[in-house]
Amino acid sequence: MSTPSTAPAKGRRFNGLPLIGPSVTVLLIWMIVPLVMTVWFSLQRYNLLDPTVTGFAGIDNYEFLVTDPDFWASLANTLILVGSVLAITVVGGTLLAVLFDQPFPGRDVARLFAIAPFFVMPTVAALIWKNLMMHPIYGVFGAAARALGLPAVDWFADHPLLSVILIVSWEWLPFALLILLTAVQSLDREQLEAARMDGAGAVAQFVYIVLPHLSRAISVVVMIETIFLLTVFAEIYVTTAGGPGNATTNLAFLIYARALLQYDVGGASAGGVVAIVLANIVAFFLVRTIARRLEV
Amino acid sequence: MATLRLRALRKSYGTAEIIKGVDLDIADREFAVFVGPSGCGKSTLLRMIAGLEEITDGDLFIDGARVNEVGPADRGLAMVFQSYALYPHMSVRDNMAFALKLAGASKAERAAKVAEASRILQLDAYLDRKPKDLSGGQRQRVAIGRAIVRHPKIFLFDEPLSNLDAALRGQMRIELARLHRDLAATMIYVTHDQVEAMTMADKIVVLQAGRIEQVGSPLELYHHPANLFVAGFIGSPRMNLLPVRVVSGDPAGVRVGLPGGGEVVVPVDSTRAAPGTGVTLGIRPEALKPGAEGALAGAVRHVERLGGLTLAHVAVTDSAVADGATVVAQIEGSAPVRVGETIRLTIDPGATHLFDGEGRALPHQSRHPLAA
Repeated sequence: MSTPSTAPAKGRRFNGLPLIGPSVTVLLIWMIVPLVMTVWFSLQRYNLLDPTVTGFAGIDNYEFLVTDPDFWASLANTLILVGSVLAITVVGGTLLAVLFDQPFPGRDVARLFAIAPFFVMPTVAALIWKNLMMHPIYGVFGAAARALGLPAVDWFADHPLLSVILIVSWEWLPFALLILLTAVQSLDREQLEAARMDGAGAVAQFVYIVLPHLSRAISVVVMIETIFLLTVFAEIYVTTAGGPGNATTNLAFLIYARALLQYDVGGASAGGVVAIVLANIVAFFLVRTIARRLEV
Repeated sequence: MATLRLRALRKSYGTAEIIKGVDLDIADREFAVFVGPSGCGKSTLLRMIAGLEEITDGDLFIDGARVNEVGPADRGLAMVFQSYALYPHMSVRDNMAFALKLAGASKAERAAKVAEASRILQLDAYLDRKPKDLSGGQRQRVAIGRAIVRHPKIFLFDEPLSNLDAALRGQMRIELARLHRDLAATMIYVTHDQVEAMTMADKIVVLQAGRIEQVGSPLELYHHPANLFVAGFIGSPRMNLLPVRVVSGDPAGVRVGLPGGGEVVVPVDSTRAAPGTGVTLGIRPEALKPGAEGALAGAVRHVERLGGLTLAHVAVTDSAVADGATVVAQIEGSAPVRVGETIRLTIDPGATHLFDGEGRALPHQSRHPLAA
């Protein structure tokens, strides 16, 4: 009796490893090789402008990085960008999700339009905003301001980080809306009716029934958006190229500038390692809070 | 005091009329059950009373005051939903206290009322749990508790037991009946389950296609159905319905010819039954017993043995009826009937009914003692 029961278990164990082995190996190489190379380069003297200077640099690259005011500015910009876009998209997405859940004529078309920006690639979105919307002379905003007799705002010169935040928010609001709308639709209508019988008005229903129901979906939106917002690059590259000065330089753009504008591969790699550490800290807290929330 | 009065109540969605004029009175402390097949409008009617559906036409009075335009929270009603509709992120305590919190009740008042409700429903041990940690029956009780804490004028139940298994359903039926006695409250209960209707109701309202077919006590509907629909709907197994012809009107009732040549005298008012007219004879399954002198004869097509009872499906032999009507006889569990054999069935005339060409019942000459 015992032989047939143990044999399949052994067989599964034996057969499983070679089958998952290749994919695990590929994934490991995929992740480990770039990581190790980045760490390795960050410890090297490696500047393409002067290839003759080589050798082990120790922590010089890191020291140079943290003493560079640009680095701290870019770190602050990264956090402001991520935080602001998260706030705008979650708040706006929640309100829009509730709005688009209401029955009104043309709702399906309106939903389609509201979700469409997500399918525009970041470079195109940035170009549209830069040249058609925010340009002080040709832009829609400028024209609207002049029509009201106000001076046109030169968005990218006067409010560069705000402009980038608006563009990125415009791109990510549909994503939040999409996730939250499906969550709103999964709300049991009888719960809302029970709340109505209990005397809850529209605001109380939203606060006590809809928002708690959405909390999981909101945490998923926050997690996914954070991962992508930490690496915003194309919008900055197309619109402000990190400027004016370092006003819109985030960590991703700083690394790009180090490596491909200043040809300092070692310094850029040090920045990359910092970005990895930062992303992992954020991921750690997010995964922990979300795991706790998903248990509810 | 909580009375409910419905006058010519109508509900339409666009051109489709769902409730086609309902007049109904529900007295204080009455347990009224709306029963009917799916789509008959019973849930819609309940939701109109609750205020969750707008009333297209007609008047709704609670305690004599017209409440058509009053919002659901202000009608003083509480509703228990089919899905229970508990708030999943709130504890049992918060679920029950939610209405009080919105009404601005003090913490002490909330705690007192929740404690009272949880004592009645034996929920004290679960007050800090979330709904997902409760069994189906416990969730059901929380949903009822949420209604109790509001001290509503009328309790509304929308098929509250349909998500429970059979054993729990039987138990909750008894608990609900006890609750009705203890709270001395007016209750309206919607179900498609006639066992729930028969066991709990003071008054059953049978609905079909947006109209009331009959209102009465459970046994009144059972022994004196007003029409063919109620006769077929109330009672399980269904009443046997046979197309027959009137032979003559006697002082004792109406004599009708049975398939196969027999005759039976149905004790109903004979003034509306002229000899020769086609009528429908209704026979309760328990009124058919095997017997050598039986007026009906036929071949046993199918036997369902339930242990204590046996249901024999008998194809009545009749040259006049082309489709060969089948009747169901509810006989003793030990009755030695077998598929294929021919048996004769006697009819207890007291449990038979006659329906005219429009499906209306001919009134019985005497009322059933339990259905007065």
